[in-house]
Amino acid sequence: MKTLSLKWPSPSGSSASKPSPVSTLINRLMRGLGLPVLGIGAFLLIWSVAASHINTALGKFPGPVAVGQQIVNMYEQYQHAEAKRARFYQRQEKINAQRVAQDPSYKPRIFPYTGPPTFIDRIKTSLITVLSGFLLASLIAIPVGIVLGLSASMYAMANPIIQLFKPVSPLAWLPLVTLVIAAVYTHVNPLFPKAYVVSMITVMLCALWPTIVNTAIGVASIPQDLRNVSKVLRLGWFTYVRKIVLPSSLPMMFAGLRLSLSISWMVLIAAEMLAQNPGLGMFVWDEFQNGSSQSLSRIMVAVIVIGLIGYLLDRTMLLLQRLISWDKKAVLR
Amino acid sequence: MNLKLIFNQESAMETVAQEEMPAESSRAAEQAHLLMSQVSIDFPTPKGSFRALDKIDLNIQRGEFVSLIGHSGCGKSTVLNIVAGLYQPTEGGVILDGREVTEPGPERAVVFQNHSLLPWLTAYENVALAVKQVFKGKKSKAEMREWIEHNLRLVHMDHAMHKRPDEISGGMKQRVGIARALAMEPTVMLMDEPFGALDALTRAHLQDSLMEIQRELKNTVIMITHDVDEAVLLSDRIVMMTNGPAATVGEVLDIDLPRPRDRLTMADDAQYNHLRHEVLKFLYEKQRKDET
Repeated sequence: MKTLSLKWPSPSGSSASKPSPVSTLINRLMRGLGLPVLGIGAFLLIWSVAASHINTALGKFPGPVAVGQQIVNMYEQYQHAEAKRARFYQRQEKINAQRVAQDPSYKPRIFPYTGPPTFIDRIKTSLITVLSGFLLASLIAIPVGIVLGLSASMYAMANPIIQLFKPVSPLAWLPLVTLVIAAVYTHVNPLFPKAYVVSMITVMLCALWPTIVNTAIGVASIPQDLRNVSKVLRLGWFTYVRKIVLPSSLPMMFAGLRLSLSISWMVLIAAEMLAQNPGLGMFVWDEFQNGSSQSLSRIMVAVIVIGLIGYLLDRTMLLLQRLISWDKKAVLR
Repeated sequence: MNLKLIFNQESAMETVAQEEMPAESSRAAEQAHLLMSQVSIDFPTPKGSFRALDKIDLNIQRGEFVSLIGHSGCGKSTVLNIVAGLYQPTEGGVILDGREVTEPGPERAVVFQNHSLLPWLTAYENVALAVKQVFKGKKSKAEMREWIEHNLRLVHMDHAMHKRPDEISGGMKQRVGIARALAMEPTVMLMDEPFGALDALTRAHLQDSLMEIQRELKNTVIMITHDVDEAVLLSDRIVMMTNGPAATVGEVLDIDLPRPRDRLTMADDAQYNHLRHEVLKFLYEKQRKDET
């Protein structure tokens, strides 16, 4: 967008020669707020015109208005479900209180609510799955990346394997992971549901590679001078890694982590669809299978929410990088 | 004359001794403080091996300040890196206080050309990294703190010791680099064009600081420079190197100017100017280098 520099006419009309403070303020406001709003407006217009021309088996493609209504609708459904859940627990407490009053030796039990998961529940499930998969991937990828970055021969050994697995789609992994988990993970009463484990492992398998590659590159590009300092000081391996390697490769590592996290989020939706993990991916799949007149707009709402969460996850990583990074002046975007 | 060939009798005898009388040579090695003997190094290139340094002999006394001067690319830094232990010579070796140099170590502290401070640590923390490593178990926490601050005071950096490298000037960074090297209490301090990247005024300031520190500590120093004035002003001896490939020591010049030396009086001193002339003659007449 740098090449596209727009000039906004100022009220006085002579801002080109000497910009007044008012006109620069207006200019900045237009750039910061006006242009994004204009962009969103244009998108909504194109969307609604295009949507009105698309007829599907489930009716017209939902435009912005239909999706807006659906958001309100889904919010009401959510409130309704929450009220139902609250009533369920209230009822239990009331019954328990009565029974304790009749028989003081009675130990009250609370049965969990077993209604369908709300949209918020699905978001929670998706977030937990993606974050645990991403965390597991990072725990493996960062040490591996450091080792590969420190040793050129180790990197040469691992490189073909990394290059081979890096472009593999999660959909190719998923059947394998499903079968392996089914064979290996055979507790009668598993701590985690199988669908969760399958989705999480698939996310992990796809999230490993960018962090490994970027960490390795970051570690390998530590300036020779700093490596010499470490040699002259005879720093031990762990001190070298902690005092020089980690801080030095932090920016590249974070670039990799951010890539990994955004890949994780994309992979997760696909994994949940196939593994039937009750998150947003499964919501989309269920709506697709359901095929009601509402389905398309409900999927559209999910699409927007997925995008929004993906954006927030990336911003969180950026925030984390700013917090950890030693170079507060570095421009991060 | 102050001019003296490096292949002086001592080292020439020693070369012979190495071949014929091993006992004699080991005795010479024991006596010497820092001895480079027949040091040659080859670097592998796609076109076969390239001899960068050829049979360098150098005998440095304790507390001596020796400058290495020569045209760029002649292998001055390579010599320093060999003494530091960062490079292994193909032939010959370096002996420091009777022990052969085989790897880098803090007793041969290096001041790098571009300061090489860790950018994420403050001046204090940069020196502390070295002090903690060298004096682990030998100094208490309080002693270490005092020692770190002492060294930063020595280079006049105590006012900015909690600043990070990107918050201080180039000269100040180099001062911290020197403090870090001094804090290792090195037997030999190796300086690789320490003031090369600084402007003339800052360089003069740092040279004065270094002379002041040297008067007090009397370290053995090997300094690489391409600045003739710097070499004459600071050194006890200037080692002038021939152009590569297969660079070696051309001539050695003793600088017997009285200390302390003051740069203003020196500028007018006949002896100083004569020595300066000798170095210039070596560089621009005998080892003329045509830059293309």
